Amino acid sequence: MTLRASLRPALVLFAGCLLVLGLLYPLAVTGLAGAAFPAQAHGSLMYADDGSVAGSELIARNVTDPRYFHPRPSSVDYNASGSGGSNLGPTNPLLRERVSASVSALRASGVTGPVPAELVMASASGLDPHLSVEAALVQAPLVAAARNRSAGEVEALVLAHRVADPTPFHPEYVNVNTLNRALDAP
Amino acid sequence: MTYPDPLLDAAGVMVFLLLLTGAAVLLGRYLARLFFRERPPSIVGMLEAPVYRLLGIDPSAEETWRGYARDLLLFNGIGLAFLFVLLLLQGVLPLNPAEVPGFAPALALNTAVSFVTNTNWQAYAGEAAASYLSQMAGFTVQNFLSAATGLAVAVALVRGLSRRETDRIGNFWVDLTRAVLGLLLPLALVAALLLASQGVIQNLDPYIQTASAHQAIAMGPVASQEAIKELGTNGGGFFNANAAHPFENPSPFTNLVEVFLLLLVPAAVPFMFGEAIGDRRQGYVLFGVMLALFLGAFAALYAAELAGNPLLSDVTGIPMEGKEVRFGLAGTVLYATATTATSCGAVNAMHDSLTPLGGLVPLGLILLGEVVLGGIGSGFYTLIAFVVIAVFIAGLMIGRTPEYLGKKIGAFEMQMAVVAVLTSGVLVLVLSGIALALPAGTDSILNPGAHGLTEVVYAFASMANNNGSAFAGLDATALFYTLAGSIAMAVGRFVPIVAILALAGAVAARKTVPPSFGTLPTHTLPFAVWLVLVILIVGALTFFPIFAMGPIAEQLQMAGGV
Repeated sequence: MTLRASLRPALVLFAGCLLVLGLLYPLAVTGLAGAAFPAQAHGSLMYADDGSVAGSELIARNVTDPRYFHPRPSSVDYNASGSGGSNLGPTNPLLRERVSASVSALRASGVTGPVPAELVMASASGLDPHLSVEAALVQAPLVAAARNRSAGEVEALVLAHRVADPTPFHPEYVNVNTLNRALDAP
Repeated sequence: MTYPDPLLDAAGVMVFLLLLTGAAVLLGRYLARLFFRERPPSIVGMLEAPVYRLLGIDPSAEETWRGYARDLLLFNGIGLAFLFVLLLLQGVLPLNPAEVPGFAPALALNTAVSFVTNTNWQAYAGEAAASYLSQMAGFTVQNFLSAATGLAVAVALVRGLSRRETDRIGNFWVDLTRAVLGLLLPLALVAALLLASQGVIQNLDPYIQTASAHQAIAMGPVASQEAIKELGTNGGGFFNANAAHPFENPSPFTNLVEVFLLLLVPAAVPFMFGEAIGDRRQGYVLFGVMLALFLGAFAALYAAELAGNPLLSDVTGIPMEGKEVRFGLAGTVLYATATTATSCGAVNAMHDSLTPLGGLVPLGLILLGEVVLGGIGSGFYTLIAFVVIAVFIAGLMIGRTPEYLGKKIGAFEMQMAVVAVLTSGVLVLVLSGIALALPAGTDSILNPGAHGLTEVVYAFASMANNNGSAFAGLDATALFYTLAGSIAMAVGRFVPIVAILALAGAVAARKTVPPSFGTLPTHTLPFAVWLVLVILIVGALTFFPIFAMGPIAEQLQMAGGV
């Protein structure tokens, strides 16, 4: 063959791939996933009492109210259309200063005992909706005090909301969004 | 019980790799049927026949290495031109609910080169800069085609090694069609649905606005891209945070699925090779070498992160900056190792925030040339180039004619192998040097000191080796990095490909000599150890000064409390 003779197969094959791989394949997955797993495919959304979208179960939201568990710090201010981490290196003084300030803030709010790293270090996505059970239990007495409930009651709620996952490697962890919803449940 | 438990994690990784190996053996046999039999499996045969009629080609007509390279470059050139134009024009095209504008020309070029070369370096944030049409018809298409291209080159090389006295190494259109129809598309379809069932989103909805939390939540056809992005060792995230984003990788289970997918085909290719040349032991040796390097890298990265950061003494547990809770330490380390051992480059943690020695592991894996499993196809063919070099050096040392699989290794074969192995190293060193000498290069650095050097070197290592992961603090949107990076990616991809095809053509033309008393056996443990040493020595000698001035210096600073 020559370059000229190769033009037809090259162009036709690319056009075919564009159609099949670029349109049919993603649209087929959209159709099938939307039919079989509609909630997951559309973002595992959570709804408020009035039916409006409150957020996604999988995406952390900014929490300032002491009556709720706080998710991990976000270096993108929980912007769910602009995910990312801080990318600060381990010896960067900015990281040390930020972590120290966060630890001080936690201490000021009444946290005692050791501070798990994840509570003062920003996640990779800026949207991590999870906390290890340890990091949730650190917050439990504060949440309980703000709600006039016993710490034991709130700790039990944390333990009841541990995420079950069959694979190894992960710590015991909870989803902050579902845990906070459970706090409000009657 | 304290977390993490290294013994439990080690056991988990062993089970995972055992499952992976089993799947890779089976897939390797299937790939041998797909590419090396007279006729492919019947379903694939039925699907491909009309394709060849449309293309107007005779599938049994094979090409010389020059013809094969010409078709490959032409096809990739068309893909590049199309993607470039699509990105420029996406603002006025449909399927753009977030109403993002077109890419600027330099960024469009950088991104188009990036996806065509299987690099998937991203100097843009997916959810903020790319329309759904660009993600589907642009990125997803190239995720398939760049992976299929790499696999086709590996297949052509195996043909060259297994044939004798011919100038033909195969038909590019047939290899590409079979790689897509017989392997990538069916696996991606199944994987996409599995991921979607676990919470990876897949829709064409507009971005969602929440009233209470004032959040705009990005949506999109993510699962279909996530599946092929892993399977094709592409790695370009739908979202800026890549596989750390909960919509790309929502659980510990999906994390393992994704690591499995990104390792699967690269792990299967050595077994395909063994089947195709009729000597499985040759494939076992190559897979064993890859696995040994993989385990060493995993252990080093795990130990570095477990040891932690002594500068942050007021917190407990492993340093969590840039990591996600749900993956755990081993799930994070496994992903980082797998994504840089292969040419994937997707990340589930921010590599810039790893401990210094931890960050050295991904950088080192990339700089070794991505032969530890490596990119789909490209890992294997680069490893064969290392084998040729190892055989040649061994031949010089013991005074025998170097040969591999009965093929004499002559001057031309050596030249091509050296080009394939050293192109990326030269690019990394020259371009990093230029970047560090120019304000345009150093202005983009985020982190001060030794870490900043690592950021720059990591960027060019990643682009020249077509990995695509980043020490993402570096501002890669600067014009210098988009243009220098485009050169690094294109040269780092296509120069080795042409060299490998030339190598395939040269060995195909040679006679096959039966093994004799003077033959160095290449299916033995001593040869495997020798090959590991050659890979490490080439990598270490080329890059040791950079390792010393970057990550190692930073580790010493950190340990010293500076």
